[in-house]
Amino acid sequence: MGTVILLALTGLGLAALYFLVASGLSLVFGLADVLNFAHGLFLGVGAYGTWWAAGNLPGAGPDGFGFVFAVAFGVAAGTLVAILVELVLIRPLYSRTIEQVLVTVGLSLAGVALLQATWGADARPFPRPDWTRQVTGIFGAQVPNGGLLLIIAAVLVLGAILAFLRWTRYGLVIRAGVENREMVTALGIDVRKAFTLVFAIGGAAAALAGALGGVYFGTVSPGQGGSLLIFAFIVVVIGGMGSVVGSAYAAVVVGLVQQFVNYYGTSGLGDICVVGLLAVVLLLRPQGIAGKVATA
Amino acid sequence: MSARSEPGLRAPQSRTEAAQLEPILSVEELSVRISGLHILQGVSFTVAPTGVTVLLGRNGVGKTTTLRAIVGLTPPAGEVRGTIRMGAQSLLARPTHRLVRGGLGYVPEDRCVFAGLTVAENLRLAERRGTTPAYDKVFALFPELDRRGRQRAGSLSGGQQQMLAIGRVLLNDNRLLLVDEPTKGLAPKVVTEVAEVLERVAESVPVLLVEQNLAVVRRLAKDAVVLAAGKVAWTGDARELLLETALTKSLLGVGTGESHHPVEPGRAATAGRDQL
Repeated sequence: MGTVILLALTGLGLAALYFLVASGLSLVFGLADVLNFAHGLFLGVGAYGTWWAAGNLPGAGPDGFGFVFAVAFGVAAGTLVAILVELVLIRPLYSRTIEQVLVTVGLSLAGVALLQATWGADARPFPRPDWTRQVTGIFGAQVPNGGLLLIIAAVLVLGAILAFLRWTRYGLVIRAGVENREMVTALGIDVRKAFTLVFAIGGAAAALAGALGGVYFGTVSPGQGGSLLIFAFIVVVIGGMGSVVGSAYAAVVVGLVQQFVNYYGTSGLGDICVVGLLAVVLLLRPQGIAGKVATA
Repeated sequence: MSARSEPGLRAPQSRTEAAQLEPILSVEELSVRISGLHILQGVSFTVAPTGVTVLLGRNGVGKTTTLRAIVGLTPPAGEVRGTIRMGAQSLLARPTHRLVRGGLGYVPEDRCVFAGLTVAENLRLAERRGTTPAYDKVFALFPELDRRGRQRAGSLSGGQQQMLAIGRVLLNDNRLLLVDEPTKGLAPKVVTEVAEVLERVAESVPVLLVEQNLAVVRRLAKDAVVLAAGKVAWTGDARELLLETALTKSLLGVGTGESHHPVEPGRAATAGRDQL
């Protein structure tokens, strides 16, 4: 029983990480039709931003308020990079899919190389509050606090994004734009502003994933974003392009399947099962769990 | 440069007074090429500052392409040449949202309401900062939209969706409305309702209408522009056109008792040419 709960909660922790990366990817693709392979870079910037701030920024540190400040710095850095990427590299290339893919893939490679060149290729120990290293007993399972933190953060981000989409003017524009971008412009709305905003939201969520992922894994390394990105893409496709709620469901399914199969089967089998799941979804329901609707 | 007021190849003498005023829109030598297809090959016409000007032609001749070029929605792979002016202002190369904010209202083919949003959200999307949306006017025309505010637009009937598509454009002041096949696929009773609404709308704002239903054309249109083979084949008084059975038959493929055969849009340009 304890094992099942532990696996379920660590699976959900993994799911939270996937969701934080996938939600932005999904919105960016749903609204702007951009397959953003550079999304992992935002995660890397968030992780390294937090790591750097905790060590160097006055007021920031690995504990208490200093840690919150460090994470905030990392998230701000990731958001800023996302906005710059959209404005400088993606905006001139809208509706030119192949060029976009080339630019974002190139950027993701260059980003990793840049992180490596600056801070080395080896994993660095991540600054984290002591309580995140400890475990909490839940129904007999000793669950790492770092995982719980990720789950709470993902739930809060999900709630915040949904509230934003549901209640604000820009949320309305984004939901409409995911359905029919052209018609949004035909109502007199400059949809490109919404593109930038979606990149910013996605960048912030991915950077938060980088910071909290660093806490969860205990280390930060340049390649971390790339490997998470692959599963995040799978989550986006399973959940349905453009659907945040779909991404949440799909992240939970992918995280749990991976965790349980890797434990009860052979290590690595879980990853294969996830790819199998992707194939099944593509065959049976190519539009994903939630189709192309931004909220439901 | 002032816009031309004498349109087309065969301008008849019996122009109404309003049409002799400065046109609200003038299109000159408009040429649109989309992925190798030369759909419009030098189209010139004007739209009178009052009433309904109808754009006619066989299926796939480029009527929708013309409207989309005016509102700046030619796909990125397409190439647009010529001049399009609304008043003294040149419209080409300006982004769609600017054109629309400048008073160009566009009601697209197939309505394009946001199916996942509620009726109220569809309308709210059309609101603009700094202006008061004319909900009174819209709800007076379409009381249904007020009652069904919380319903998802995707669950509305075709006629109701058309009302919503027109209603959201009417929330703002427009200098010209472009309306693309508003009665397409609607039941005869609903067609009449849509025609009635457009008739009332056209009392206050000029409309450039694409319409296949000749009964609706007869009821609404004051001026007509007929496209064939990528060019303007006829312009003039709409009633005059409809009286000439032989002409409507050759230009539109419709006439006394003869049905017209739709042409696939993809093969439109060449097919249209063959038929003439």
